[in-house]
Formats: sequence, structure tokens, C-alpha cells
Amino acid sequence: MILNTLIDYDTLRVIWWLLLGVLLIGFAIMDGFDLGSGILLPFVAKTDLERRVVINAVGPVWEGNQVWLILGGGAIFAAWPPLYAVSFSGFYLAMFAILFALILRPVGFKYRSKRDSAAWRSAWDWALFVGGLVPALVMGVAVGNVLQGVAFHLNDDLRIFYDGTTLFELLNPFGLLCGLLSVAMLTMHGAGWLLLKTEGAVAARARTIGSVAALVTLALFVLGGVWLFLGVNGYRIVGTIATDGPSNPLAKAVEIAPRAWFTNYAAHPWMLAGPALGLAGALASLAFLRARVEIGALLSSALAIFGIISTVGLSMFPFILPSSIDPRSSLTVWDASSSHLTLFVMLVATVIFVPIIIAYTTWVYHVLWGKVDARSIADGNGHAY
Amino acid sequence: MDLDTLDLSRLQFAVTALYHFLFVPLTLGLSVLLAVMETVYVMTGRIIWRQMTKFWGALFGINFVVGVATGIVMEFQFGMNWSYYSHYVGDIFGAPLAIEGLMAFFLEATFVGLFFFGWDKLSKVGHLITTWAVAIGSNFSALWILIANGWMQNPVGSAFNPQTMRMEITDFFAVVTNPVAQAKFVHTVSAGYVTASIFVLGVSAWYLLKGRHVELAKRSMTVAASFGLAASLSVVVLGDESGYLTTEHQKMKIAAMEAMWETEPAPAAFTLFGFPSEKDRETHFAVRVPWMLGLIATRSLNTQIPGINELVTHAEGRIRNGIIAFDALQQIRAAGSDAKIPPAARQAFEDNGRDLGYALLLKRYLDDPRKASDADIRRAARDTVPNVPTLFWSFRFMVGLGFFFIAFTATFFLLSARRLLDRYRPLLWLAVFAIPLPWIAAELGWVVAEVGRQPWSIEGVLPTAAAVSSLGAATVLTTLAGFVVIYTVLLGVEMALMLRAIRKGPEPDDAPETNLVPSSLVAAE
Repeated sequence: MILNTLIDYDTLRVIWWLLLGVLLIGFAIMDGFDLGSGILLPFVAKTDLERRVVINAVGPVWEGNQVWLILGGGAIFAAWPPLYAVSFSGFYLAMFAILFALILRPVGFKYRSKRDSAAWRSAWDWALFVGGLVPALVMGVAVGNVLQGVAFHLNDDLRIFYDGTTLFELLNPFGLLCGLLSVAMLTMHGAGWLLLKTEGAVAARARTIGSVAALVTLALFVLGGVWLFLGVNGYRIVGTIATDGPSNPLAKAVEIAPRAWFTNYAAHPWMLAGPALGLAGALASLAFLRARVEIGALLSSALAIFGIISTVGLSMFPFILPSSIDPRSSLTVWDASSSHLTLFVMLVATVIFVPIIIAYTTWVYHVLWGKVDARSIADGNGHAY
Repeated sequence: MDLDTLDLSRLQFAVTALYHFLFVPLTLGLSVLLAVMETVYVMTGRIIWRQMTKFWGALFGINFVVGVATGIVMEFQFGMNWSYYSHYVGDIFGAPLAIEGLMAFFLEATFVGLFFFGWDKLSKVGHLITTWAVAIGSNFSALWILIANGWMQNPVGSAFNPQTMRMEITDFFAVVTNPVAQAKFVHTVSAGYVTASIFVLGVSAWYLLKGRHVELAKRSMTVAASFGLAASLSVVVLGDESGYLTTEHQKMKIAAMEAMWETEPAPAAFTLFGFPSEKDRETHFAVRVPWMLGLIATRSLNTQIPGINELVTHAEGRIRNGIIAFDALQQIRAAGSDAKIPPAARQAFEDNGRDLGYALLLKRYLDDPRKASDADIRRAARDTVPNVPTLFWSFRFMVGLGFFFIAFTATFFLLSARRLLDRYRPLLWLAVFAIPLPWIAAELGWVVAEVGRQPWSIEGVLPTAAAVSSLGAATVLTTLAGFVVIYTVLLGVEMALMLRAIRKGPEPDDAPETNLVPSSLVAAE
């Protein structure tokens, strides 16, 4: 195939780095309000009917939203195979915790209202809460650890080895801070969704808790930035690296340096838009939640998610997974991608399918527009959960 | 990495895949049956067909979520437990997985919510489109995952790149049109249709036996019997042996399935029954049907099928070539730059590179394949034989069930055509007790295909033993135990809710009939 030479290898790598961001942000925005609603479930909904209202607010859409995660896994596998290989085996038990929670969640939505027993329903409420909280927390913790570097190295055959990082070592203070930021951010976003989809007491509680979550998001994001500046070393490539070279991480030299995660902002001030949007989004979400501007709150929390996740990516570029014990094993945009041809083929597939996906997803949300009707749930109409 | 981690990782993959595959075939088949039923409803306007769609749709939903839940693990566990595999072949294997998400999962999952919540929000045609979108989405996902799996069995369109130490794609079109993948797709999807048909037949038969929901049950049986007959014929006639002669290891798989130790003159005999012994390398008490195997496997009278012993000898030769390739690869990598590669090494790699994977079979016994003794090579060559008794028996039970499904669905097809569905009670009871059989056949099919792939993870390219992550055995044991517990609980809950929904029966639907098609055009029932 000659077609793939239409786009240079290094350009394709940057495109796929952007698409990696789009996928992670897409997942956090789309599935984020489901996860956030799960976290909010025990606090905003007290009676059984209220809980069913919350569950039905996400009931018709969580399945489609979760595909963002599945697609994220597939796309990282296809476009960044070393990242897929190192991150999921390196964070093995953390990944297991996420999967365990995500296994409970779909079943919780579907099965909870199939039986009347209070114990049955309360068990599934727990499953939905855990299914929202654990992925949000663990993914945030993982990002916090990626920023600090992960203890892995590659041998000459590019086989991956880990320096015995246990699940509990991941829960270091900075990792935990990022985990809590992630939970606060998705709780704020979930509150925006529930304000849009529900009425009365549930919406009122969602407003209150969402406002607190927005404040916590702001505070932790600022604190995280200060901590990253003062207390977390970054990574930088020493000498030159061939941006269109073969994907073999061992060909480069890397050093660990204080404040290295801030050099991109000095060189490219426009990148400050990332953290600025994160702050502005969280502030706007707080304001709209207080002012009961429903769609405004949801869109602002989405903006905050966009800004906060972009900040991580922009700070680290071109690194995508630094190694703390053997810095040259670190994975970067320039040496951890698929081949030129695979990146091209996958880009073609993306260009064909993503507009189609956006079109029908929009149609489905349009059909489902409007508040969840508590009466119809109580009457048992409409195949409600 | 030690053997324990390998065994546990394999066990975990088998457990998660087999559990996942308990839910997938029903999703595949029932989604299409729902779309057919709803199409009849939209065309005739008869409410009972909508009632059927909703009833079977409720059962579909109970099954679907567990398929989704167990499927999440499948997407990530290659990276978790098979990280060297992910590095080594992600360039090729990842693409169909990602396209599966883009093309199939989004379609299926976005519309499945609307299928349940959209009855009052959509027009008739709008809802019908939704149902078809779910059916098409789930069937597309089977296509892409089997393109990925087909590549593991027959790795076309790719080449090893010494600079990145991995396989890279050279021809994407060849990967998509891989004949092994195409054969597997037709076979697997048809098996899903059989599963759903027999499920619908069995549940409906129970209603007839109890005298409940008779009209709904009879119509459901008519749809399921005709759909199931076509599908079970397709499973057997288009069985995936059609892809089995394309590669060396597929030949080994067929020889092991047949426990055929020695090459026989064509056309080979089919062993109907016997006790294969791996120790004695022969099959005791074999009952053999002359010519049958040759006809089934090659569709010809004069193509020879190689036996296990001949294939092992052949593997020895490929291991020796692989060692030459491995040695050349070390020289190429030591050279540093392209210009410094010794021409002899370049030539040696070009000539023998396709057998590089065979040298990796030796890694189980020693670190440097170049130091292998003749005994090591013989041992590694013997490793290319998958577990013969497992394949022999799994294949026989699967095929036996396949023929039973043809006879079974044909019987109900005839009964339905003659309007005698409720006449023979023993047949109805048989239908009820036949419900688990397609699941057994599907799981056995997975065993034949994937146990038969051993010792390879990617045939001829990467042995399973080299593909595994360097995790501790205790870590893998923890997650294995976790998955077994949660999956078993979910399976129990799923079956209990299914039984409950079946016992409860369809919801009454008293809405007035509105016909899209004028009643003059609809045949009287």
C-alpha cells in the first residue's frame, strides 16, 4: 500500500496522540456522568422511587457510553501497542479492581428492578455506587502515578518487567490526590446530568452535592498543579530523537528533572489554555449549578473534564508513559506507536466511522430528551429499570 | 516468568473467554430473531408479533448485559496477562479490535438502550430500525473479533521488523479477507443462530406443554424452527474445517482432532470412535469409516492429509531453520545501522525469517535457541502437538450435536408446516431438555479451535509460553479467583432471572392493531 505515505509518520503519530486524548476525554465526558450518577446514587436518592429515577436517568445511555472505554482499549492496542502492553500489565491489580467494578455496573442497572425485595435492590445500589466510585478513583490514581513515572523497564527483546509495584504503592499521596480529583470531577459532572434529567428532591440534592464537588475539583486541581511544580519530577528527552524513527523506546536517552512537566508551557504558551479551561469549566459549572441553568452546568463540567485531562497530556508531551527506574524505557509519542501503515489504516477507519457514530448518538439523545418521569416508573410503564 | 504464571494465565483466559461465550451466541442469534419478529409486526400490524418481540427482548436483555459485562474483561486482558503478545502483534491484532469498537459496539450499545426505552418514543419504523441496528451491530462485532482470531490461526499480511522486535502489518486487506477468518465468522455466527433458535424452541415448547401463551409460543416456534434449520445446516456444511488445510498448524489441528498419528494414503479414513493415547502415539479400539475424513477435510479423493508424526518431523526442520533466523536476527541487531548488516546475515534472515517463531519454541527449555541440542529440538517439535484426546473428544461431541440440531430443527420445521406443533408431547419435552445443548456445542467449538492452536499464541510466530506477562503467579491466581467468583455469581443470577421471566411469561398487550400494510394484502393466519 502506497497510500499511507500520504501522511508522514510523525504527523500520524501526533494525530494519534490527539485521538488518544479525544478517546480518554470522550470516555470521561460520556461515561463520566454515568459513573458520577452512580457515585451520587446513595446521596441524592433516598427512597426506592428516587433511586429508580436516578437509574433511569442513565439507564438508556450507559451502554453506549461505556463503549468509549472499550474503544479506548482497542484503539490504544491498535495505535499504541507498547502503551497497551505496559500500562495494563503494570497496573495489573488496579486494572482488575476497575474491571471488577465495571462488571458489576451493567448488571446492576439491568437487574436491580427485576425483583421487589429490599435486600436485593439495596445490594445492587451498592454495586452501582462501587461501580461508579472505583473506576473514577483508580483511573485518577493511575494518572497520578503516570505523572510520577512507573517502575518498569524493557529488556533488549522489548519484554516488559516491573519493579514490584504493589497496589498499595500506587496509593501514594500525589496519586491519591489525582484519584480524589477524578472522583470530584465526575461527581460534579454526574450532578450536572441529574439536574438535567430529574426534578424535585433528587435534582435539589444533586445541585447541592454538585456544587461542593465543583469546589473540591477546583481546589484539588490547583493543589495538584502546585504539587506537580514543587514536588514531582518530570522527564525530558536528552539530545535528539528521530520523530519518524522505528517504534523502539530503547534508542533514546531520557533524564529526570524537577519542573520538567512545565517546560512545554514555557515553549508554547498557548498550551496554558488546557489548565485555564479546566479552571474555567469548574467555575462555570459551580455558577450554573447555583443558578439552575441545567444544560449550562452539564456543558461546563464537560469543559472542565476536557481542560483537566488535556492539561495532563500537554504537560507530558511527548511522553505518554515514563519509566521511573529506567528512564530510557519511557514510552513517548515518537517511539511507542504502531507502524506507519497501521496508524494510517486506523485513521481512515476513524474518519469513516466517527461521523456516523456522532450522527446516530445525537439522534438517540434527541429521542430520549427530557426529564425522567417518576410517575411512569411507578406505574411500571416504558420498560423502566 | 515461570510455568505457573503461564498455566494460570492460560486458565484465566480460558475461563473468561468461555464464560463470555456463554452469553454471546444467544445475543448474536436472538438479536436477529427479534429483528425478524418485529419486521413481521411492522408489516402485518399484528400486535402478537410486537408482544413476541417484547417478550423475547426482555430475555435478550437479561442475557445481553452479562455478555457486555464479561466482554469488558476481554478487551483489556491481552494487555494485562499477555503483554509480550500485545507488544509483539499489537500492530496487527489491535486494529480489528479497535474497528470492532468503532463499527459494531457503538452501534449495538447505543441502540440497545433505545430498544428497551424507545417503544413509546419512536414510530413503528423508527423502532424497527433500532432493533435491526442492534442485530447488525452484534453480528459485525463477531466479524471483527473473528478477523482478529483468524489472524492468530493464520497470520497473513504481516512481517517481522527487527528494529522494533515485533510483527508489523504489510497488507491490511489480506488480514481482513483471511480465509480462516471468513470460515470462522460464518461458522460462529451460524452457531449463534442455532443457539437462539433452540432456546426459543425450548421455552415455547414449555409453554405449549403447560398450555400457556399458546399462540405466541407457536408463532415463535415457527420462526425459530425455520431459522434454526437453515442455521444448523450452515454450521455443519460451512464448518470451519474449510479453513483447516491452509496452514501447517491447522493441519496439525485436524490430525489431532482425528488422532491420526500416521499419514494415510488419500482419501483418509474417519475415526468414528476410539481411545487416543498420547503415550503410545496410537488410537486404541478405533472404529474407522474409510474415505470419510479425506472427503470432509479436503472435499477431494486425492489430497493427502498429513499425520501427526509426519508433521512433528516437519516441525523439527522448521525449528532448525528458525535457529538460523534467530542467529541472523542477533547479527542484524548487533550491527546497529542498516549499512553495517553483514550480507550473509541479511540473506539468512530473508530465507528463514518465516520460521523465527519456531526457534522461540525452544525458549521454554533454554534462553538461547542457538545452543539447543538435538534432544531439545526434538522435544520442542513434539510440543507442537496439541492435546490429542481433548481435541478428539471435543470435536466428536460437537459434530454429533451439530447433526442432532439439524434433525431436531428439521422435525419442528415439518411439524410447524403441518400445524402439528402441539401434537407430540415427548417431542416438546425433548425441546425443553435440549436447551443447554447448543451452549455445550459452542464451548466445545472454542476448545477445539483454541486448545488446538497450542502451543502457539500466533501460529508459527509466537509460542504461548513467550507471550505471557512477567507477573507473579500469586497475582494471577488472585484475579483468576476473583473472576471465577464474580462470573459464577452473575451466571447464577442471570439464570434465575431468566427462569423467573420465563415463568412470568409475556406481558399482555391490548393495544389496538394498526396496519401499515392494508389488511387485504396480509394473508389470513
